[in-house]
Amino acid sequence: MDNILQLKNINKIYGNGEFQTQVLFDINLDIIRGSFNSIIGQSGSGKSTLLNIIGTLDKPTSGELYINGVRTDSMKKTELADLRNNTMGFIFQFHYLLPEFTAYENILIPYYMKNNKPSKEVIERANELIDLVGLSSVKNNLATKMSGGQQQRTAIARALINNPSIILADEPTGNLDSDTTEKIYTLLREVNEKFKTTFIIITHDRRIAEKADRNIEIKDGKINIDIFR
Amino acid sequence: MLLPFKIALRFLKSSKGQTILITFGIAIGVSVQLFIGLLIQGLQTSLVDKTVGSSSHITVSSVSEDKYITEYESLLAEIKETEGTTYVSASLDNTSVLVKNQDNEDVITSEYVLIRGLSLEEANGIYKLSNSLVQGNMPIQNTNQVIIGKEFSELNDKSIGEEIKVFLPLLNKKKTLVVSGIFDLKVSSLNETWIITDLQSSQTIFETPGKITSIEIQVDDVFNSPNITVSIEEILGNNTNLIATDWQTQNESLLSGLNGQTISSLMIQIFVIISVVLSIASVLIISVIQKQKQIGILKAMGIKDSMASTIFLTQGFLLGLMGAILGILLGISLIVLFTTFALNPDGTPLIPMQLNPGFIVLSALIAIIASTLASLIPAAKSSKLDPIEVIRNG
Repeated sequence: MDNILQLKNINKIYGNGEFQTQVLFDINLDIIRGSFNSIIGQSGSGKSTLLNIIGTLDKPTSGELYINGVRTDSMKKTELADLRNNTMGFIFQFHYLLPEFTAYENILIPYYMKNNKPSKEVIERANELIDLVGLSSVKNNLATKMSGGQQQRTAIARALINNPSIILADEPTGNLDSDTTEKIYTLLREVNEKFKTTFIIITHDRRIAEKADRNIEIKDGKINIDIFR
Repeated sequence: MLLPFKIALRFLKSSKGQTILITFGIAIGVSVQLFIGLLIQGLQTSLVDKTVGSSSHITVSSVSEDKYITEYESLLAEIKETEGTTYVSASLDNTSVLVKNQDNEDVITSEYVLIRGLSLEEANGIYKLSNSLVQGNMPIQNTNQVIIGKEFSELNDKSIGEEIKVFLPLLNKKKTLVVSGIFDLKVSSLNETWIITDLQSSQTIFETPGKITSIEIQVDDVFNSPNITVSIEEILGNNTNLIATDWQTQNESLLSGLNGQTISSLMIQIFVIISVVLSIASVLIISVIQKQKQIGILKAMGIKDSMASTIFLTQGFLLGLMGAILGILLGISLIVLFTTFALNPDGTPLIPMQLNPGFIVLSALIAIIASTLASLIPAAKSSKLDPIEVIRNG
């Protein structure tokens, strides 16, 4: 199996001295390239911490993390920044667009971290993504002048602009109504099939989880259930 | 990379109120600093100009027994070649005593006058004689013609064409001089005691051909006179009888006054800059906290720490630049207003306007550099910000 991600004995302990809380216990997990995975679990189960560690935003207390076969838990901050920019896309519950920029500009920001002027291909790709997520009519609106669903779709297009191999999403539809939620997941699935992007999505929604290739349930910092469909 | 610049610009644009306030803060700081600086410079220049503008800056004189300098032609030529000198004038000065006619008899009074024989063309550059002539003409060379001061003419009731008799104690002789003009050097002691003639006439009157008593020199930069004095002393070389005296050694109290003024004006300027720096730093620190979310998400997307801090350095730089430009406009307007409305009774400005471009550019640069430095703290904060803090806390 071609694994894009490998977690070996990942532990995460917060705090030091007497007041330590262990959030993750010896997590071992392989993620298959191009798969669509969901992580479920109660709040406080450690699922967000796990996703943040996979996204190199948080460091494991012990254990090894391999992305594309390269060990990342010992990398420097700037190397990690580069790695995130090149290989990962993030979609968060609170979308976090830059309110000072338009939808179109927000989508291009990850690209601008590496390049000064967008090439023709990138402009085309940006417009393609805007069409894909259905934002053509509002692409020049400031982020604050869009509905919640439009903002989240902008965040999805932004996560895709650098052609990442992994998309990490933490409750991407957590604050959206069920109609919009349905549309967003259909969209994510489309992206997964079209670009062969690996998805790891945290969700509360059982209906959504059931549509994934694999369901991983985290309970008390351990993998409780791991089902391939 | 243009991204930090773009983001900085957009941050500034999106919080217009804050940007305008802080730009005005910097501008007012710069304008006050410029206004005070330029005012003090103008004041000092006019003070120095009034004090030494029309007098000798460096004077070469003799300490020999008879106080005469001989073979001065080559000295004059060499001093003229020295860099920084503008006018070099030889003069033969002698005190003499006025002789007055009382009851048809010549009586030697106790009133002393200084008969100054000047190389008129060069001396004109130093004393602006032809400009200060209020009546008549300059003396014709090698005659007994002289020009006298306004006060002397009033006190002794002498007008153009009349004769003045003087007694020369050194020669024990009386001589007769003819008034060709009346000058006003704006200093009453000079107007009362100076009788000016040309060098040759003086040499004839005092029977000292080929001799002078001093060489008077003006320089282009009065504050550089000590250096020029050193070069002139080199020219004087082994002739231990000759000494060069700098105006600065004779005006120490004026100079220490100016120095004190410069230091206090500098102190004010420094404190103005410090307050500008503090205000920028505090506003930008608040702005980092306001933009925490944006910085966090940018970092999650892979912006490097250095780029994240560049955003705030750029903001500081841009604020400094805008503040400096606005501040220069405000500061110059203040100076123009001041010199237009704060006038002497005769209508001339109280303090002459002196727009020193070097100083203006320097003020602008200091403001820009200070603003950029002030943004170092927020830049460091932004560099340290861990994206996980933002992501975890929503």
